[in-house]
Amino acid sequence: MFKLPIDKLNDFFAAVSAAQTLYLPVDGEDGRASYKAWSEGTVLSKALNTVRSAKDFFFPQTVNICDFNRNGLNIEVIDNRTESEDFVVFGVRACDARSFAILDKVFLAEPVDTYYATRREHGTVVTMACTQPEENCFCNVFGIDATAPEGDAACWMTEDALYIKANNEKGEKFIESVKSLLTECGTEAVEAQQSATKAVMEKLPFAGISTDYFRKNTLLEIFNSEKWAKLSESCLACGTCTFVCPTCQCYDIKDYDTGHGIKRYRTWDSCMYSDFTKMAHGNSRNTQLQRFRQRFMHKLVYFPDNNNGEFGCVGCGRCLSRCPISMNIVKVIKTFGEE
Amino acid sequence: MQEAVIKRAKELLADGTVNRIVGWKSGEFAYDTTPAVFTSAEEIDAGFIYNDFCAPNLSKYLIKESRKEGKLLVFLKPCDTYSFNQLIKEHRIIRDNVYIIAVPCRGKVDIDTVKATGIKGIIGMESDGETVTVKTLYGDTSIPKSETHGDKCKTCKSKKHVIYDEIIGEDGEVNDDGARFELVEKLEMMTADERYDFWRGELSKCIRCNACRNVCPACSCENCVFDNPDSGIAQRAATDSFEENMFHLIRSFHVAGRCTDCGECTRVCPQNIPLHLINRKYIKDINEFYGDYQAGSDLETRAPLNAYTFDDCEPNIVYKRGGNE
Amino acid sequence: MLNETLIPMIGVVTDIRQDTPDVKTFRVVGTDGKKLFEHIPGQCAMLSVPGVGEGMFSITSSPTNKEFMEFSIKKCGCLTSWLHMMDVGQQITVRGPYGNGFPVEDPEKLKGKDLLFIAGGIGLAPLRSVINYVRDNRANYGKVQIVYGSRSMNDLVDYNEIINEWMKDDGIEVNLTIDREQEGWDGHVGFIPNYVKELKPDLSKTVVMCGPPIMIKFTLAGLKELGFNETQVFTTMELRMKCAVGKCGRCNIGNKYVCKDGPVFRFDQLDELPNEY
Repeated sequence: MFKLPIDKLNDFFAAVSAAQTLYLPVDGEDGRASYKAWSEGTVLSKALNTVRSAKDFFFPQTVNICDFNRNGLNIEVIDNRTESEDFVVFGVRACDARSFAILDKVFLAEPVDTYYATRREHGTVVTMACTQPEENCFCNVFGIDATAPEGDAACWMTEDALYIKANNEKGEKFIESVKSLLTECGTEAVEAQQSATKAVMEKLPFAGISTDYFRKNTLLEIFNSEKWAKLSESCLACGTCTFVCPTCQCYDIKDYDTGHGIKRYRTWDSCMYSDFTKMAHGNSRNTQLQRFRQRFMHKLVYFPDNNNGEFGCVGCGRCLSRCPISMNIVKVIKTFGEE
Repeated sequence: MQEAVIKRAKELLADGTVNRIVGWKSGEFAYDTTPAVFTSAEEIDAGFIYNDFCAPNLSKYLIKESRKEGKLLVFLKPCDTYSFNQLIKEHRIIRDNVYIIAVPCRGKVDIDTVKATGIKGIIGMESDGETVTVKTLYGDTSIPKSETHGDKCKTCKSKKHVIYDEIIGEDGEVNDDGARFELVEKLEMMTADERYDFWRGELSKCIRCNACRNVCPACSCENCVFDNPDSGIAQRAATDSFEENMFHLIRSFHVAGRCTDCGECTRVCPQNIPLHLINRKYIKDINEFYGDYQAGSDLETRAPLNAYTFDDCEPNIVYKRGGNE
Repeated sequence: MLNETLIPMIGVVTDIRQDTPDVKTFRVVGTDGKKLFEHIPGQCAMLSVPGVGEGMFSITSSPTNKEFMEFSIKKCGCLTSWLHMMDVGQQITVRGPYGNGFPVEDPEKLKGKDLLFIAGGIGLAPLRSVINYVRDNRANYGKVQIVYGSRSMNDLVDYNEIINEWMKDDGIEVNLTIDREQEGWDGHVGFIPNYVKELKPDLSKTVVMCGPPIMIKFTLAGLKELGFNETQVFTTMELRMKCAVGKCGRCNIGNKYVCKDGPVFRFDQLDELPNEY
C-alpha cells in the first residue's frame, strides 16, 4: 500500500499524464460527470459515478472496422487498425471494473475481438473505492465489494490522502512509474474507511434483494412467465438502458459510403430496438415484450447459463437513474422474487 | 389529491364507464414513477399514485391504448392535454375510447435537478406543494419545491387543461409571459459561430439512444425514417458528427408546428442535452412569422405550417434574419 | 497484428447459375483462383458487398469440392438483390466458415445412418452440401432418401443436378413434389408435410430438414405422428446476424447463438429453448 498526500494529487496526475493519456471523471457544466483527458487545471469529479459507463474506453460507441474501395468489379479491403497508445483510466468504480471482466468473457473469447483486445492491453485501469454509495447502488447483490475494487490498481481517497495498491503486474508497473511521489504506508486508514462504507452498504435499499429466482427456475419457466407483459407494457423501446449499461455489448455493423470509399463501422446497438432482429423476410422478436424480455433474460439467465452462473449485471444503477419511465432491472428482479 | 383521484378511478372502473386506467405507478423511491395500465381496484391500491413526482406525459401511450378494446380512463396534466389534442388532430388517438380526467399540476419534481444540488442517496421524498422533504442515506434535508423543477416545468406554458371530460381540483391559467423563450433569445443573440459551437457541444454528447424520439408525442410515425436502413441516415453511429447533428435537426423539423413544448425530450435525455430549445426556437419563429400559435391548444385551428394565407411572410425573411445582417 | 475475423477476404465470382426465377447459385474463389477456406457441411459464410451490407449464407457446395465454394441465394432483400445483379468476375467479400455444421462424422448422429433429407424451396441450399458430402463418401452412410418440394417446378433449386446426378446414383431415392398442378409436371403434387406422411419413411432413419418455418412446423408434427423421435431430426436455422461469432448479440435463441452454437440444431435441443425464431 502506498500513500500520496492529497495536495500532491495534481502532481500525481501530471506525472501520469506525462507518460500516457490519463482519463478521469470530470464534472461538466451541468454538474454531471464524464471521463475527460487530464490536462493542467482538470479537477477530479466528486460524483459517485459517470453518466456513461467506462466501457467506452474498450468498447466505444463507434469503431471503424476496416475500409473498402470499390472499383468496377474489384474491391480493395483496407485494414486500418493501428496499435493503440497506452492510456490510464483513473477513478473507475468497482461496478464498472467488474463490467470489464464480463465484457472480457464476450470479446476475448475465441475468435478474439482484436479492437477490444488491443484497447484492453494498452489500458491501465485504476479504480477508486466508493465511500458514499447512492440509493440506486446494488453492486453487493452481485458479490462486488465497492470498498475493494478490482482493476489493475485500486485507490482509496480520504480527506488528506490518496492510498493506492496494485492488484496485478500492470498495476505494479503503474505504481512504479509514479513511485517518486508515493510513500509506503500501512492499511489502517483504508481499513477504517472500508468498514465505514460497508456499514452504509449494508443499509442500502437494495442490499437484500435476492436473485435466487433466476437460479432456481429453468430458462423456459422464466421466459414463459406472464410477468413480462406487465413489466414491459410501458417500455418506450428506446436504447437508453443498453447504452448507459456497462455490460451491454450488442453491436451492429454498418457501411457508410463517404463518396470516396466505404467505411465499415461497428456501432453500439440495442436489443430494445425494433430493427435489431429484423431480416428481409421476418423478425424473430416482433413485440416490445419480446425485446424487453430479451434484455433481462440475457443479463439474468442466458449470460449466467453460459458463464458459470455469473450474472451479466454489476449493479451500477445507471439504468435505474436514466430510464425515461423508471423501469429497470431491480424492478424486474423484485417482481420475479415476489412469489 | 391522491385520494380524490383514486376514488374517481375506482368509481369509473366499478360502474363500467371504463375497463382500464392509464396512470402512474409508484416505484422503489418516491421519484421513480412508471406509466402503467390498471385494470382492477386491487391494482390501483397496489401502486397507483398521482403526486408531484408524476412527470411522464401519458398522452403518447394512448396511441396504442386507445386502439384496444373498450374505453379507458386517463389522467392528464395540463401540458399532457395539449399533446392529447394534437394527437387527436393528427388522427392518432381514438377520442371515443378515452375518458379524460384532468388533474392539476403545479410543476413536477425533477430528480436530476434535485441531485444536481448535491443531495445524495435519496431514499424518499415528499412534497407538500411548497417544500420537498428529502430522506437520504446520509440524513434528511429539505428544498423549496420551486428549486426542484426541471426545464419542463421551470417555464411552464400553461396550467390550464385544454381538453377533458371531468376535472379534479381547480383549473389553472395559461402562462404567456414569454419566459420560456428567454434562453432561445439568448441563443439568438449569439453570433453564428458561438451558436454553432453551443449546439455542436451539446449535440456531440448524443448517444443516439432514441429516448427523445420515443417519448415524444409528436413522433408518432409507425415507421421512423431513422429506422429505415435504406434512408441513408440510419447509421446509428457517430460516423462523423453529421449523424448526430442531423438526427436532431431532422427530428425537430419534423415536429415543427406540431410540438406542443411538453418538454419530455429534455426530461428523458440521458446526456442532459437541452433539446427542447430547438423546438422552442421553431415555436418562437412560428409565433413571429405567422402570429401566436400554440400546438394542441384546440382541435380546430390549422397549423401555420399546414396553412397558407396571403399575408404569410415570405420564407426569405428567415434567411435575412439568419445572422447575415 | 492479430488476425481479425470481422475483416473479410476478397472472393471472386467465377460462375453464376440461374436456378429458379429468384434463386441464383454463385461460384466463389479467392483472388488466387483457389478455394478460400475449408468447411463442414452446414457451415456458413458472411458475404458482403461493401456499402450495401453483409449477410450470412450457407455454403451449398460440399467440402469434398476442393476447387471452389458455391452459394445458392434467394433474392429477397437489399443485399441479395445486389448479389443477383452481379456479373461473373465481380469481387465480393467473404469471411468464414461460421457455425457448427452437420455432425456428418459423428457415428452417434449422421455417420453410418440411413438418412432422410427433407427440404422446402431454398431450404435445399444448406442440405445440398450434406447430400453431396454423403454422395462423395458413400461407403460411410446407409440408404439416402431425399424429399424435396417447392411452389412450382420452376422453383426447384438445383433441378438439373437432382435429375442428372442424384437420381442416377445407386441407393438414393429422390421424391420431388410441387405445391400445385402444373403443365409438364407428372410428379407428385402436394405439400411436403403430407407427402412425407404418405411416403411413410422407415423409422430408423435420421432426418435432416430445412425449409420455411411453417413447413418445418408441420413436417416435424408429421414425423412425430409417424413415430419419429425428436432426437432423430436435425435442422438448420437462420436469424439476423452481424458478427457471426457470438458477440453482436442478436441471433440468440435463449442462451444459444445460432451463428456459433448453431445453425444446426437437433429438435430435442430446440425444445429446451424459447420458441423465439
